Amino acid sequence: MPMKNIGLSIVAVVILLAISGLAAVKEWHAFLTIFPYAAFIIFLAGFIYRVVKWWTTPVPFRIPTTCGQQKSLPWIKSNPVENPANLWGVIRRMAQEIFLFRSLFRNTEVEIIDGRPVYGSAKWLWFFGLLFHWSFLIIVLRHLRFFVEPIAQWISVLSALDGFFEIGIPTLYLSDAAILAGLTFLFLRRVVLPRVRYISLFTDYFSLLLIVAVVSTGILMRHFFPTDLNEVKNIALGWLTLTPVVPQGVSVVFYMHLCFVCTLLAWFPASKLMHAGGVFMSPTRNLANSNRMKRHVNPWNGPVKVHTYEEYEDEFRDKMKAVGLPVDKE
Amino acid sequence: MSFAKIPKSDQLISINYAPPKTAWMETPVDFRPGTWSYSGVAKNLTYLDLPNPRAWQPADVDWKLPENWQAIILEGMKERLEKYRSFRLFMDVCVRCGACADKCHFYIGSGDPKNMPVLRAELLRSVYRRYFTTTGKLFGKLAGARDLTIDVLKEWFYYFYQCTECRRCSVFCPYGIDQAEITMMGRELLNLVGCNINWVIEPAANCFRTGNHLGIQPGGVKDMLEFMADDIFDRTGVRVDVPINKKGADILFVTPSGDYFADPGTYTCMGYMMLFHEIGLNYTFSTYASEGGNFGLFTSHEMVKRLNAKIYAEAKRLGVKWILGGECGHMWRVIHQYMDTMNGPADFLEEPVSPITGTRFENAKSTKMVHIAEFTADLIQNGKLKLDPRRNDHLKITYHDSCNPARGMGLLEEPRFIIQNACNHFYEMAEDTIREKTLCCGAGAGLGNDENMETRMRGGMPRAMAVKQVKEKHGVNRLACICAIDRATLTSIMDYWVPGVKVMGVHELLANALIMKGEKERTTDLRGEPLAGC
Repeated sequence: MPMKNIGLSIVAVVILLAISGLAAVKEWHAFLTIFPYAAFIIFLAGFIYRVVKWWTTPVPFRIPTTCGQQKSLPWIKSNPVENPANLWGVIRRMAQEIFLFRSLFRNTEVEIIDGRPVYGSAKWLWFFGLLFHWSFLIIVLRHLRFFVEPIAQWISVLSALDGFFEIGIPTLYLSDAAILAGLTFLFLRRVVLPRVRYISLFTDYFSLLLIVAVVSTGILMRHFFPTDLNEVKNIALGWLTLTPVVPQGVSVVFYMHLCFVCTLLAWFPASKLMHAGGVFMSPTRNLANSNRMKRHVNPWNGPVKVHTYEEYEDEFRDKMKAVGLPVDKE
Repeated sequence: MSFAKIPKSDQLISINYAPPKTAWMETPVDFRPGTWSYSGVAKNLTYLDLPNPRAWQPADVDWKLPENWQAIILEGMKERLEKYRSFRLFMDVCVRCGACADKCHFYIGSGDPKNMPVLRAELLRSVYRRYFTTTGKLFGKLAGARDLTIDVLKEWFYYFYQCTECRRCSVFCPYGIDQAEITMMGRELLNLVGCNINWVIEPAANCFRTGNHLGIQPGGVKDMLEFMADDIFDRTGVRVDVPINKKGADILFVTPSGDYFADPGTYTCMGYMMLFHEIGLNYTFSTYASEGGNFGLFTSHEMVKRLNAKIYAEAKRLGVKWILGGECGHMWRVIHQYMDTMNGPADFLEEPVSPITGTRFENAKSTKMVHIAEFTADLIQNGKLKLDPRRNDHLKITYHDSCNPARGMGLLEEPRFIIQNACNHFYEMAEDTIREKTLCCGAGAGLGNDENMETRMRGGMPRAMAVKQVKEKHGVNRLACICAIDRATLTSIMDYWVPGVKVMGVHELLANALIMKGEKERTTDLRGEPLAGC
């Protein structure tokens, strides 16, 4: 089953590759006009739908997972970030979580050594996870140069920094190398570690391979099969101004790159990749541990059947009187 | 009662972490004796108006489910997906990175991949995808979806009653996915078709009727407390009061019934009584609200509320100013994170102020319930207690953070402060096994029964081994904790894995050291064991 999942996800990516190749050869213009719109609309609508769905589902109880000392007596030093007592603390906690993957940084790996579990440090997942996500962000931001005319200065600065070492022509972007390293680690880890392979679904491999495909076609286009970037920018601006143009002379690899990007966009809202939106909404992280200070209201809190003191005393009155316990009704 | 044979500890420690050859969806659950708990007895379900009371056992082929059980469960899932963001979100956002996998004490102790929190959650997620997501409906297994069959239900039962809702996985999850939340939902769904365990449902039924899990009636509570007062007199020469159901007391004291029912919890209870006597606290026990613990937490949110309601109701009836709570783990999860929301606002109570030190407990100003460790730490800090830590010199202490106060509250330093003031020999366990990373006793959430012993010993192994390490290094012979379930279950865990280490509550340790007005010279601790040099 796990091997089947890996195989099927490779097959899926190859099929996409074939389709886009065919589209390039046959010059299916819809591929450059209708498909990107469709994908983007699915992405946007889907993303919003999912987030709104979570957002509108009530949070009946305030259930933060506390990872540090609570705020209690004034002379006991509390941990305002890992156990936030107010909104500011929550913002700091969430910022650490989102920008630095704080929780993943805690990761350990257990091994039985000399008949005892030993908890070794295991920061690789954190490191490569962070590497992947940050390079992904930088790459997306760099791509804005295709959608903005004239190119905003910060995009140029970002690109210059990203290509700081000026290796090769055109310059190798560090983020390209980093994202490949991150993806390779994440994929190999999933395939090689028996435990992770055991829990992996088809969708886990597919999500990774899809991004691998996006990245590799992008790098191929930049370094090995150059395409006319002005033409690409024309296409991009055409989408933006709702006047899609039918391009001349973009390479096959561009078709492939675009195909994978569109698939990724359309796939995103239906998949686990939605953790990108969900991470903001986790009630174990984004609530202050102010439970006993400030009452949290459950919107659907309703009456339940309870056993009242009166019912209790009615049952045990004689016994209570017999041992000299006070009763309300003699 | 029949007990399954448990392997010896040196056999149990050889754990195989290699996953089975068959994929998890194709690996049916094996109800091996010693690894599961007996079903809820019909009369208890009936008493609580729970559905489908009947005679059955999990190992039976026929679980005697209602005809339309699938529809009931799916309807229940739908309702909960709409009522709990946690549930919907945790069904959706897991990326199966596996960071949680080896954080679960049951996985560490058993190597069973379905004890990895991620896979335990997938048991439910796969059904969620099949019936509530488009991709799952369209692509089935390829999208990680599967039909809700009787085998799936049995798997839920086995593994949701093999989770202690300790939240350790949630500390490590990059999205804060909390298996406790998923297990709670899973158990709620199982309850809809009458599948629960007696070790949860009997305490819940008892608590509903008699006010406490053990079903102790008012006279019994009084007897036991008076018996403890006699013991205190024997050890200290001081006669303490036993105020019960006293109107006009300042403070209602609520503690888990485990504290006044059996050793070693009773010594902790004696500790409370000695402390309250010494500082002259105007407090009362209650027989109606004679339980701090809440096995509703292991049944359903509705049951949490039904059982918890009596605490505020009793505080109101007795006319106290505020409530003080004893040492207990999941009790404090309920008090801290649920009580005010469920049964508040407690506007008939006052904001808690210590009558001894005048300290205002700002952190409890809405719920109006203070943890005894907070209360006592404040007394010590203000110099209101005379302590002789040498009276604990026969003990070498380590401290076990109970899961819920650690990860559902953050009560980490208060008990340590008390311990450090009450004894001279305190040694922390390894960093990865304490505070927010504390390891569970392996028998919380209703799993502390005898028929489940192998699972308990496996689940308790990581904690036990951390104790063993400080025992070998520092000669630790006593494990302190602030949880009644810990006191009961860690005792068995220690006997099995680390013989020679006994378990105690923090207030037992305190009471050993507490110098009381008019006391005789103490030659023994509360357990009657001789003090060092005596």
